[in-house]
Amino acid sequence: MADIRTTIAGLQMVNPVMTASGTFGYGLEFADLVDLSQIGGIIMKGTTLNPREGNDYPRMAETASGMLNCVGLQNKGVDYFCEHIYPQVKDIPSNMIVNVSGSSPEDYAACAARINELDKIPAIELNISCPNVKQGGMAFGVTTEGASQVVKAVREVYDKTLIVKLSPNVTSIADIARSVEDAGADAVSLINTLMGMAIDIERRKPRLSINTGGLSGPAVKPVAVRCVWQVAKAVKIPVVGLGGIMTAEDAIEFFMAGASAIEIGTGNFIDPTISVKVAQGVSDWLDRHHYDSLQDIIGII
Amino acid sequence: MGYMKQCKDLKIVSVEHPNDGYVLLRLTDNEPLPEIRAGQFVEIKVENSPQTFLRRPISVNFVDEERNELWLLIQVVGEGTRHLASLQVGNMLNVLFPLGNGFTQGTAGESVLLVGGGVGIAPLLEYAKQLKQVGATPYLLLGGRSACNLLQLDLFRQYGEVYVTTEDGSMGERGFVTNHSFLESFASFPLKGTRGGARISCCGPKPMMLAVAKWAKEHGVTCEVSLENLMACGLGACLCCVEKTVKGNVCVCKEGPVFNINELTWQI
Repeated sequence: MADIRTTIAGLQMVNPVMTASGTFGYGLEFADLVDLSQIGGIIMKGTTLNPREGNDYPRMAETASGMLNCVGLQNKGVDYFCEHIYPQVKDIPSNMIVNVSGSSPEDYAACAARINELDKIPAIELNISCPNVKQGGMAFGVTTEGASQVVKAVREVYDKTLIVKLSPNVTSIADIARSVEDAGADAVSLINTLMGMAIDIERRKPRLSINTGGLSGPAVKPVAVRCVWQVAKAVKIPVVGLGGIMTAEDAIEFFMAGASAIEIGTGNFIDPTISVKVAQGVSDWLDRHHYDSLQDIIGII
Repeated sequence: MGYMKQCKDLKIVSVEHPNDGYVLLRLTDNEPLPEIRAGQFVEIKVENSPQTFLRRPISVNFVDEERNELWLLIQVVGEGTRHLASLQVGNMLNVLFPLGNGFTQGTAGESVLLVGGGVGIAPLLEYAKQLKQVGATPYLLLGGRSACNLLQLDLFRQYGEVYVTTEDGSMGERGFVTNHSFLESFASFPLKGTRGGARISCCGPKPMMLAVAKWAKEHGVTCEVSLENLMACGLGACLCCVEKTVKGNVCVCKEGPVFNINELTWQI
């Protein structure tokens, strides 16, 4: 059997499949349905320094091979996470990673500093790419200066694995990746959702409460593969690929493009057990093609 | 742990088309179905329908324990439900269930008025059954545009008195459920909290539920409503189906779909 273990900047994973932030709750929601120890990493819901109510309903629109969302980082804040959620998730036998968001470099740093104190959280994913809140990060993630500023602020207070999640809504994602690498990121994950819009023509109104939202699902996969390929060529730190992965074959594309691990997001809504199926499928594919290790196909394109 | 969630293929053992607009699917499994509370729902994966990406949330219409069957009464409204209506006996359906919290569990001696409109009557059949099982008395007040929208009336009658309104007057009293003469007598029932107290559970289009909630509030009757906000995951993970409540935005799929009207921020 092929070896599908992988490491992201010191983070050891039983397999290269993680679940993407905002699509898998805190893992607990899926505990009845899937063996959480068989998931390489669980990236929990976006957490901010202060509680956020998120955007108004409707927050979701189904589209061709995908969906738009404008949830808007609804969460109860980092204090609530530390006091109420952390005790419930700290013994889940997977890499429990917190996705951190904010509206200023100081907010990001303060939130990351709190998470840094939690023993059983080995990494954070810094969200500088949420398209759904006015100052929800994407403002930082679309310029090299902004991205660098946030990463530097967090790096000063956070000593564990720092993954930075990048937006595809930019002219050159490779430039942004290089700037966060220089600012001290240990890894990058990409892509966050693509800005989109859908209109209900009968009601003559946008289908989302704030007009625009983030597109995810298989519809974005080719864009994601392209971004991963460009970024993997541009940086030396590990790349985590995501965007529309529904099958092991989809995941293999990302590995070949240069991803050392992948995340599954929207796919969890279609099949809550998809992460373990994809991990198994990757192993089977490697066996069928006589590879001993996942590492043998990473970045071969 | 009676409500452990599962995601598995169930086999279609019966497909009925009560009329053009609806399909009743009966599903079964080799293993006993999990315990399901009335008002809970399932999320169905729609295969071979390229336009249907997400699962479709469908309320549990009825659980036939003897035959180990789960019934889903589905109104055909779009591509996904049209595809479900074309399924055949013997097809498998991938079902994620049971989801959400159901209606308030009944207590012996209480009277519960179940108000349903359109396809919203579907979960009330299982609820009427569960209420009768615990010794409560369900009353059914069901409304539809026309007689053809009122399905399963004979089944409802096994569990309680059935009152009907139609907008076109083709069956029962003409008008909306809130115009029905039975409401007047129900208003004189002793209220919840007293011996044999009465309350209302409601499922249907939002304007109907608003009108029922308003009536309940005016008459001091406890009332719960079942919401059907657009959903993706069904598990409380994606935070798409939120409803504003007195506690802030909460997921209808996980904290609901049934809410006491006092928890909501509806203008009633």
